[in-house]
Amino acid sequence: MIPQPFRIRQFRQETHDTFTLELEPANGAAPAAFQPGQFNMVYVFGVGEVPISISSNPASPRLFMHTTREVGTVTKAMRRLKKGDIVGVRGPFGTPWPVEDSAGSDIVIVAGGIGLAPLRPALYALINNRDRYGRIVLLYGTRSPNDILYQKELKQWRAEFDLEVYVTVDRAIGSWRGNVGVVTQLIPKAPFDPLSSVAFVCGPEVMMRFTVQELQRRGVAEDKIYLSMERNMKCATGFCGHCQYGPTFVCKNGPVFRFDRIADIFGKREI
Amino acid sequence: MKEIALKAGDTVVVARGDLQALLDALAARDYTLIGPTVRDGAIAYCEIRTVEDLPAGWEDEQDGGTYRLHRRGDGRLFGFTVGPHSWKQFLYPPVLKLWEARRNGHGFTVHRDESPQPRRAFIGVRGCELAAIGVQDQVFLHGKYVDSTYQARREGVFIVAVNCGHVVSTCFCVSMKTGPKVGKGFDIALTEILDADGHRFVAEAGTARGAEVLAAVPHRPADASDRAAAEVVSANAEQAMKRSMDTEGIRDLLYNNAEHPRWEAVANRCMTCANCTMVCPTCFCHTVEDVTDLSGSHAERWRKWDSCFTMEFSYIHGGSVRPSASARYRQWMTHKLASWIDQFGTSGCVGCGRCITWCPVGIDITEEVRAIRETDRAAEEG
Amino acid sequence: MENMSEILAGEPFLQNMPRQHVETLAGCAQNVVFQPGQFIFREGQPANEFFLIRHGRVAVEIYAPARGAIVIETLGPGDVLGWSWMVAPYQWRFDARATELVRAVALDGQCLRGKCETNHELGYELLRRLSSVVAQRLQATRLQLLDLYGAAK
Repeated sequence: MIPQPFRIRQFRQETHDTFTLELEPANGAAPAAFQPGQFNMVYVFGVGEVPISISSNPASPRLFMHTTREVGTVTKAMRRLKKGDIVGVRGPFGTPWPVEDSAGSDIVIVAGGIGLAPLRPALYALINNRDRYGRIVLLYGTRSPNDILYQKELKQWRAEFDLEVYVTVDRAIGSWRGNVGVVTQLIPKAPFDPLSSVAFVCGPEVMMRFTVQELQRRGVAEDKIYLSMERNMKCATGFCGHCQYGPTFVCKNGPVFRFDRIADIFGKREI
Repeated sequence: MKEIALKAGDTVVVARGDLQALLDALAARDYTLIGPTVRDGAIAYCEIRTVEDLPAGWEDEQDGGTYRLHRRGDGRLFGFTVGPHSWKQFLYPPVLKLWEARRNGHGFTVHRDESPQPRRAFIGVRGCELAAIGVQDQVFLHGKYVDSTYQARREGVFIVAVNCGHVVSTCFCVSMKTGPKVGKGFDIALTEILDADGHRFVAEAGTARGAEVLAAVPHRPADASDRAAAEVVSANAEQAMKRSMDTEGIRDLLYNNAEHPRWEAVANRCMTCANCTMVCPTCFCHTVEDVTDLSGSHAERWRKWDSCFTMEFSYIHGGSVRPSASARYRQWMTHKLASWIDQFGTSGCVGCGRCITWCPVGIDITEEVRAIRETDRAAEEG
Repeated sequence: MENMSEILAGEPFLQNMPRQHVETLAGCAQNVVFQPGQFIFREGQPANEFFLIRHGRVAVEIYAPARGAIVIETLGPGDVLGWSWMVAPYQWRFDARATELVRAVALDGQCLRGKCETNHELGYELLRRLSSVVAQRLQATRLQLLDLYGAAK
């Protein structure tokens, strides 16, 4: 599968170390429809290719939005790109959040740091059919108030779509008046019915481990918890082997896994 | 010679002197012939033209960390087993340019070389190796995605298999049920017989095209004694095989012992050199490298064999998921023998023994399985 | 005034607490209100009470010269504020400040310490609940220490 050319329609600096690319097909073709939770392989000419989750609204498939953190050679080169530049895109790949299958349930979304990026399309999809779901609760933790992604959208979702949004930071700075503490502490008191809830979780692996424990302590069943896992994805089609996780390849069998299907290996060292 | 129509399943006898006719028949059908030759003191798979290119009279001797070729004192053409090469290098090349791209304005255009692959005939594919090709077929052709580079190379391949008459100490194909007699997937299978009745090959047609090629080679129908002689070759080989691996419940055995102290013990010997993955005929992991020229106007993407024994293999930003050698050895062995079954419905090990021979410190996968089985913690607890 | 025993029985911290213990606690409890910005207690002061927060948000903070007040955690409705009353030398280790209008029940620690000494069953029930809160806070603090969201070095 070769990269298709996409033009940068907009470049937006989100926080000091994260940015969002808004991409549209450069050759006039329609990009493939995607499901919330899927990712693309984004290529910077001559530099390399990295997996980045799709962050846009799945109801607007004319557009791919990708929010990423500047951490390696490719994302550093990506940050130097400007509106109008062309990148290559392969995708979309991977398993989605079970948005449709969760109709009728409360939805608990637990996000840590940049983990909100792959959850954003799920939030859009839920809002697009708001009346199909019970309570929708977003619990979002970041390092500091300066690291909070999508602040405008968070306000809007809270105000217009009957979404309960709780944000907490590990380190308060400046004039922050909100919650301080780790995101897992929000779970015991969050307003959802654990017996009829589906949880979507994405963040650093340690945060997800503690999140699963808290969700289970509230009574959310193993098969109602979904996690998005991170491993080294290079080919995205299950051939290169780099993202192997136990009996799965994260690119093909994930990144979104139902927790009970990986419970045996989740948290085991160096799997 | 009279052309008698043959069909798949037919068995004939081809004299040693007529084997060249088989190679010629394949060449005449536009096949590039690849077969075993002696190169740098080892059996290597290279392009061949004549029977003289084959390693006549050579025999190998292998053990953990040891490989030697020596004269066997007869003229057998296939009197050795497998060397460091495997057929995967032709179907899944070690280094492959996937595409190139050229800048134009703000963008770039990608070009992929889709020129047809040469049709290759593999001469001398052993049972374990035929099974290995089957394993890689499963990986590259029968999943959610198809690897078009593999498919293009695999489609045209003609397979002349050989039933092993010689085994070395590292062989354990019997345990893995892949040999010494070849299973399915060949076009022609040869059993080399050298006895008082002469030097000859009992040849079985596995496919219609195999039968068609055989029909073009001087032959006589195989009689009961020919078949019996061929069976004896395989039976003797099986008898001579000393190494074994108990595969009963191996998937759960390894899953349940992911934290067994044996992994630490083997890691103390393992140099994480990746030799085992390079010589393994089923290992398929690779990395992808993007390069550009100095002007920045031309870029290429290359695919290269990679190994789960390197630190970079599992790198996610910040560090490696498997920094310890024990975790990397466990990853390799557990994948090969356990999670492979979950992923592809088959073991990833065919019992060829290459990983034992080519390990600089002679780590033996069968010994590692045995050690874990003998101290199976889950079983003890249960 | 709403019956204090009823209020206490409805607090998550005292869920399923035997009735007679709740009655004992009610005898040491009173409703309190703190204005936004008001300190609930200050580092170094004697710790003679603890609070069950019923409304509003409280910041537990520590002041450092040149850095100002550093918020360690925030607590809200349903949370317990303060355990220094239970542990000698009964002194607050942090500042607690209402960041919004806070309504809470204050429990007199001095009074409770005495009751726990004579009534070990009550003492055990309280300690069991309090140690669970302490353990949870410790776990959360450990996670905070990991600085999970930063790029690994």
